[in-house]
Amino acid sequence: MDWFLQQTINGLGLGAIYALIALGYTMVYGVLRFINFAHSDVLMLGAFTAFYIAPKIEKLLGSQSALACIMVFIVAAALCACLGMLIEKLAYRPLRNRPKLTVLITAIGVSLLIEFTAQNEKVFGAAPQPFPQLLPERAIHLGNLVISSNDVLTVGVTIVLLVAMWFIVQKTRVGTAMRAVSYNQQAASLMGVPVDRIISFTFGLGSALAAIAGILYAIKAPGIEPLMGVQPGLRAFVAAVLGGIGNLPGAVLGGVLLGLLETFAGGIPELSNYRDAIAFGILILILLLKPAGLLGRSSVEKV
Amino acid sequence: MLEVENLHVAYGAIKALHGVSLKVPQGSIVTLIGANGAGKSTTLRALSGLVKPASGTIRYDGREISKLPPEKIVAGGLCHVPEGRMVFANLTVHENLMMGAYLQRDRKWIAEQTEYVFGLFPRLKERESQSAGTLSGGEQQMLAIGRALLSKPTFLMLDEPSLGIAPLLVKTIFERIVEINREQGLTILLVEQNANLALDISSYAYVLETGKILIEGPSAQVKADPQVRAAYLGA
Repeated sequence: MDWFLQQTINGLGLGAIYALIALGYTMVYGVLRFINFAHSDVLMLGAFTAFYIAPKIEKLLGSQSALACIMVFIVAAALCACLGMLIEKLAYRPLRNRPKLTVLITAIGVSLLIEFTAQNEKVFGAAPQPFPQLLPERAIHLGNLVISSNDVLTVGVTIVLLVAMWFIVQKTRVGTAMRAVSYNQQAASLMGVPVDRIISFTFGLGSALAAIAGILYAIKAPGIEPLMGVQPGLRAFVAAVLGGIGNLPGAVLGGVLLGLLETFAGGIPELSNYRDAIAFGILILILLLKPAGLLGRSSVEKV
Repeated sequence: MLEVENLHVAYGAIKALHGVSLKVPQGSIVTLIGANGAGKSTTLRALSGLVKPASGTIRYDGREISKLPPEKIVAGGLCHVPEGRMVFANLTVHENLMMGAYLQRDRKWIAEQTEYVFGLFPRLKERESQSAGTLSGGEQQMLAIGRALLSKPTFLMLDEPSLGIAPLLVKTIFERIVEINREQGLTILLVEQNANLALDISSYAYVLETGKILIEGPSAQVKADPQVRAAYLGA
């Protein structure tokens, strides 16, 4: 039982990060119907932004203080939001009316461009670098269970962001416009909705989430390097598809589920070498049974 | 007053309009009839900025609008209710109406106009918090018109409002169109395949054939035209 609970806790910590990244994939898919492969690189850039600004912010606001930590998150999220909007404007917007495959290839190109520019020694360099501790890490003991304060932070931040996202998308004017654009761009523009601005906003939001996920991931990872986004990015993409691409609650469900599956498979000593095979095998099974994803619906249109 | 002069539109190599000219005086209902593929929808799409004309001018109240993007054209008071209604099926009826009012800031006006729309189409009020995808075709058409009215238009373009709708609802919708024209002083450009119906409620008509205006005149006169009767009125 303890083992089960312990793995659940660990799995939630990992799943929460996947969920945050998956939200970005699924939101962009929702408005533009394509997978932004550069998303995982924005995550990496979020971690590196934090890496470079954290010492400066800590000098001002105190080392490992809560305030400094929050500021690091906010500044990194804001910078990456701008970056995400810039990528959309320069690389994707000119291709708005081209076949989706063209945009997809461009996204892969942008991704490779960022990754290999970052690997240059004059930029970040390819070698992993230790990520600074933003908050003192403590282990919380609950009976036989050990919970890392980092996992609490991760899950806490994720829950706050999910509620915020839900509120923005469901309750605000810009969120309603995002859903309208996602359903039909032409009709939205006929209502006076500035489609380009809404798409740009969506990229900004998704990229901010990626940056935050990147920092949370970096806190747990042994070090940060330019390709650090690839693995979590790929998994989060799978999580988004698993939940039903374009569906926000689906992305969260898929992310958490994938985190749990991986952790449970990895927690059984005889199976731990096969953890990805098991986790992804189960995903393939689910998708065979529900091709649109767990919460995805095939749309019905009335004529 | 809307004035279109010598409008040419092409989709790639395919020319859809070859020099369409028409006028819609303020406060009138003008109809554009014609067969499938004659260029009726293309004309409206050019007017609302969804397609850019290759040449020609579109002036609304003396202002050239043919180069403006759709959201600027709506802001100028021209609203297009597209063919197939294009309501946001994933949004509720209420949210659809709020998207219509996207550019409006005056909350009091929005509330009053929403009530006006509910007065025109009580069915929408009953279904206010229902998702628009669950509405019938006729109800979706009502919603599309209602949504357009919330953009505070002075000029309304309706593309095939009778398409795929139960005959009883078609009658209601056309009565409402006349009512909107009278009560809100809205100028209306109506595109229809159902020529009989459109000629009955309009004062002036244009007949479009393969991208050109073939016949124009007061609706009663067009209705009596032997060529029109043979080709479009099934007489």
